Amino acid sequence: MTTSTARTPTGSVELALLLPRMPHPLLCPDGGPGVRRLADGYAAARAQLDALKPDLLVIYSVGWHSILGHLLQSDPRPTWTHVDEEFHALGAIDYSFPVDVPFTEVVIQRATARGLAARGVNYRGFPIDTGTLVAKQLLDPSSQLPVAIVSCNVYADRAETIILGKAVRDAILSSGKRVVVAAVSNLTQRLFPRPVPLTEDRVSSRQDDEWNQKLLEIFAEGRLEDVSQLARTFAAQARADARLKGVWWLAAAAGAHNGYRGEVLAYAPVQGAGCAVVSLRPDASAAAQLEFDEDDVDIFRGDRGVLAGGEARAPAAAPTRAPPTPAPAPASAAPAAAPPAAAAPPAAISAPPSVAPPTAAARSSTPISTSAAPAPVGAYPHARRVGDLLFLSGVGPRQPGTNQIPGGPVRDAEGRPLPYDVAAQTRAVIENVRRILEAAGSRLEDILDVTVFLIDMDRDFAAYNAVYNEVFASIGATRTTLAISALPTPIAVELKVLAAARGPA
Amino acid sequence: MSTAPAPGQIVAGALAPHPPHLVYAENPPQNEPRAECGWEVLRWGYERLRADLQKKQIDVIIVHSPHWKTTQGTHVLALPQFQGLSVDPIFPHLFRYQYDLRVDVELAHAIVAEGRAAGLELQPMENPKFRVDYGSIISCHMTRPTWDLPIVAISSNRAHFDFGNEVGEQLQVRLGEATRRAVERTGRRALLLASNSLSHRHFTVEPALPEDMTHEHIYHHGQYLWDMRMINHLRAGRSRQALAEMPDFIDGAISECKDGSLTWLLSALGFPAYPAELYGYGTVIGTGNAIMGWDPARAEAR
Ligand SMILES: [Fe+2]
Repeated sequence: MTTSTARTPTGSVELALLLPRMPHPLLCPDGGPGVRRLADGYAAARAQLDALKPDLLVIYSVGWHSILGHLLQSDPRPTWTHVDEEFHALGAIDYSFPVDVPFTEVVIQRATARGLAARGVNYRGFPIDTGTLVAKQLLDPSSQLPVAIVSCNVYADRAETIILGKAVRDAILSSGKRVVVAAVSNLTQRLFPRPVPLTEDRVSSRQDDEWNQKLLEIFAEGRLEDVSQLARTFAAQARADARLKGVWWLAAAAGAHNGYRGEVLAYAPVQGAGCAVVSLRPDASAAAQLEFDEDDVDIFRGDRGVLAGGEARAPAAAPTRAPPTPAPAPASAAPAAAPPAAAAPPAAISAPPSVAPPTAAARSSTPISTSAAPAPVGAYPHARRVGDLLFLSGVGPRQPGTNQIPGGPVRDAEGRPLPYDVAAQTRAVIENVRRILEAAGSRLEDILDVTVFLIDMDRDFAAYNAVYNEVFASIGATRTTLAISALPTPIAVELKVLAAARGPA
Repeated sequence: MSTAPAPGQIVAGALAPHPPHLVYAENPPQNEPRAECGWEVLRWGYERLRADLQKKQIDVIIVHSPHWKTTQGTHVLALPQFQGLSVDPIFPHLFRYQYDLRVDVELAHAIVAEGRAAGLELQPMENPKFRVDYGSIISCHMTRPTWDLPIVAISSNRAHFDFGNEVGEQLQVRLGEATRRAVERTGRRALLLASNSLSHRHFTVEPALPEDMTHEHIYHHGQYLWDMRMINHLRAGRSRQALAEMPDFIDGAISECKDGSLTWLLSALGFPAYPAELYGYGTVIGTGNAIMGWDPARAEAR
């Protein structure tokens, strides 16, 4: 599968699809008018795909549940007969198709680099979910097109799902391939508790139907990222299929923008669920205004310290400490290193009513967060006070609220380098440090030690150092400057600060 | 003790959770992956449950599984035989099990008929290529590894839980009653298995060696408190109280009881006011699991 490099020097997403996961369009396309519309919608999507002659189809189906991070299909040719656990009376799906294992391995690497747990599964008879099979069979009935398949972690919320999408995007961009990405998910998933004749089908709740139609209007305008930003609202109002995680993944994998030509190829109910076939073709001229209400996350830092026990399980209000270092295990059984960030348990778990909830251990330190500084890109506070010391998390130049980067980002969404002004970025970093210190009751003059990270020492040191000297010459903090290969957001400079605290702890 | 119960009754019920880790750790010939140890406390619990069940004359096992998830009604395996390879989609590195089982089709159809007569939506599952869910297989294997009895597997019906835990509970209560009537009508001596864990928040990471027990503990203390509370109710014969608290337990401990298996079992047993036997409690990848048994004969003898 080589690409036509004349057209696209790097890999690209040529088409993004949202597809229904019900088996009916495949197994009984003439069962009723709604199913027929969906089958026709699938056929229209297939025609678009055929015209593009892509190298690869990447599928994320909300019907493939995983718990241990994310799984990716690594069997080069999965072959089996599948029967749906609910709609078994519709018949079986025989399948055998090629998987792009090298691409999948790159996704695993990129996902791991972004803090996710990800691994391949290569087992004879591994159950592939109905939605994945329906999408694959209807888009490529001859099973010629290589596929990559990614699971949906049942605990993953927006951050983890978006980072997974970004990992897929990393792999696409570096692959040189022309790729179609498909999220297999219904819009709403409230099935009738008893089967209805497909000729009398409707979306089971009017509220679900209205929200579906509102979402489809936005899809039709090509505003995929806006739909992704709306997912939480949609899930609060309608019975969203898997909280609409599929759209989070799709938007992130396709590049987190609104520049598409959108087309709703079909919208119809199946047993009460709201199903749509939506096609989104990247088209810069269609780019609509982007307005990010939700954070743009790049690295996942949650829920990884749990195995170590003890501290990691403390309630959310308890001090966050690194989990204890495990005793050395036999060489073959060395546990994977966990990041030091302790994970708070999900808020949903509670103690039973008559039992007092577990009390937190004595507080020895206090986290400090402020809306005056840019939102963290992971599970960490802006600062933490321990005794008379303040430890600040790494601070970059992003502007609180807007995430805009003074002096400009160092690369665009496709990873292409951009010109940027490191002096302006450095000023913005120092300003953010000042805001955090003030939120903690300290000042810039209280800084004791600074570690500076630059992504390009040769290009940036002089300009950064000039700005630094303006502010820090009179403070006299110790300093270390390092060059590193990258920072999690497209910035050139980041400061790690240790300062003296003021006032009572 | 050797009892020959009269036909047409539930001779025992058990909470028989299905973490694949238990089969994995045991290394039975049917399972492909190999382990060196793991989760012994739970496995010893299953051993004691099996020993007690050996004393009973049992014709059939009816298993209600959270891992056969249906929404449009409750589905029941209704062909005489199923065989194939069961690969756990969550833990495929632990469970790839060659199964070959018989189904009591007459009883299956009786459950469908009784359920329908009670106004419930029931469907027989008659696709010969259907793959039996791993929850049913694991609970049956751990309870009766010889596979010498036919089974009836019942899906967990999620539709009514979509409207609220209480609504879902009510459906499972009625399904339990219908199951009991079907057992009585067909003259079977039945063992009923509820194939669910109690608290059910998993770790999302696993040690490099899955059976490394230094990493095994409850995910959250709140889960443990909830599990102990429910176990204590059941050990004290307060199964109606357990039912009353089930909706809160489901939410508070993210319990796998949400799939209705335990409620179905308690209802089929007529909400026992006698103590359940606790055979073991342990955690598996952060979830809480209890193996418990109900013996109506022993209750009568008291
Ligand atoms: Fe389970």
